[in-house]
Amino acid sequence: MSDYEIISNRQLTHKTWVMILSGDTSAIKAPGQFVNIAIPGKYLRRPISICDYSHVRGEITLLYDVVGDGTHILSRMRPGRHLNLLNGLGNGFSTTSIGSSPLLLGGGIGCAPLMALARTLRLQGKNPIAILGFNTAADSFGMENWFDQIGVEAYVATVDGSLGTKGFVTDVIREKKINGDHFYACGPMPMLRALCTSLDMPGELSIESRMGCGFGACMCCSVETADGAKRICKDGPVFRKEELIWK
Amino acid sequence: MNHKPASNLNLSVSLSGVQLQNPVIPASGCFGFGYGMAEFYDINCLGSISFKGTTRDARFGNPLPRVAECAAGMINSVGLQNPGIDAVIAEELPKMREVFHQPIIANISGFSIDEYVECCEKIDKEEQVAIIELNVSCPNVHGGGMSFGTSCESVGEVVKEVKKVITKPLYVKLTPNVTDIVAIGNSAVEAGADGLCLINTMLGMRIDIKTRRPVIANRMGGFSGPAVFPIAVRMVNQVAHSCGVPVIGCGGVTTAADVIEMMMAGATGVEVGAANLVNPYACKEIIEALPHEMSRLGIASLTDIIGIV
Repeated sequence: MSDYEIISNRQLTHKTWVMILSGDTSAIKAPGQFVNIAIPGKYLRRPISICDYSHVRGEITLLYDVVGDGTHILSRMRPGRHLNLLNGLGNGFSTTSIGSSPLLLGGGIGCAPLMALARTLRLQGKNPIAILGFNTAADSFGMENWFDQIGVEAYVATVDGSLGTKGFVTDVIREKKINGDHFYACGPMPMLRALCTSLDMPGELSIESRMGCGFGACMCCSVETADGAKRICKDGPVFRKEELIWK
Repeated sequence: MNHKPASNLNLSVSLSGVQLQNPVIPASGCFGFGYGMAEFYDINCLGSISFKGTTRDARFGNPLPRVAECAAGMINSVGLQNPGIDAVIAEELPKMREVFHQPIIANISGFSIDEYVECCEKIDKEEQVAIIELNVSCPNVHGGGMSFGTSCESVGEVVKEVKKVITKPLYVKLTPNVTDIVAIGNSAVEAGADGLCLINTMLGMRIDIKTRRPVIANRMGGFSGPAVFPIAVRMVNQVAHSCGVPVIGCGGVTTAADVIEMMMAGATGVEVGAANLVNPYACKEIIEALPHEMSRLGIASLTDIIGIV
């Protein structure tokens, strides 16, 4: 737990913001982990997944949607102010001992953690392909270019067809005949469910929930899995495809 | 002015003969079985730990969402998720023992008198368990928990039966969701309770005005946090002066000053709940701040202030 300085806090779309924080990144061990932010005036912290990080620069990038009071307050905070973070929470994606052609599948704000994941996989010499799904062009913010910049091929799908392929990320896979040997996904539950049932390859999925503490103490974010009850904040947020139970 | 704490300050307290190095105890449900929190700091600085409410059978608990934000607090409706008494004894307590060497408070809940009796009898045999905390006040389960704690008769009955099978001090954790908490406390004491712990959470509710639905999947939940502190102080004060047994004060405690206030109200031990969830170092920081606070207030021994108001 320590304080971080807001370097920038910029609006990207009608609802999505990107914040860069400066401070101690040593707690971050894997892409897909999250931070839990103390919001001035709010009692509970707000969990936000880590979009990207640099141990060298001591920076964390957070991508967040303004969905309620907490994130609204966050969006109003100016550079130079400080935020108290619990950092490096959750298990994150596993990037060792899996094949060389992973698919990174994001839905909406769920695209966020795929950025650090893509960078990590590139450093390992793997060839990830990112497919980003949004409802409409107005929700997208050129994130495919962020992937391009680190040499990762990226595609966009929108439900209304206003940008990229019309439909879902699975439609892009079909249309572009994209092959992968496993997948990583983060996005809304219906999307994750569809991926689990339609993609015939191993996968890891990051899920979200309202949380109490964010570090496993309160059991406010438990899910039933094939391996018994798990805490999304501590045992997750990333689960293997076989662990998740779809009712 | 320099308030360097004197070295002869005495923070220790005694709960029914169980010596604690200080009165600060993480409340049940806010600290798991301790070993997870030991990743943050050496938890041996704590007076004790009240472990996660345990029932006979494993329970998954309530559907999500289980938590809601409130002004100066939160609502939870976890619903007594726990691995069951046998797994707690076989798996959780050994892990707890590895990192925690102070007396443990065992928080036991149930849905029938038989269940309370069976669980208490089992946990009573565990060496490191020093006190059994009978949870008759969980607001998040139906037909158990709080339903035992809202009537004098049922509190008396469950306490009487449990007392027959245990050797360790029994503290009954009371719910504030009653008309007369002193009457409930007196029933517990008449039935043999060695002490009382209060308060558990207050029933509360939040509604998402955009979706027009309750925020909590189970509709209602237990409200806790700094907002309930004045209510807890008031109830601790009433119970401590009327029931004649040691009291563990609980409810919204966040700072060392809160601990002292709770003790002046009548508490011998002080549990810290929700504060741990927003600041995992809360108990450690409170314990470290206590000597300064005592010096500032001219308190040499914490036992001197118990119930002085």
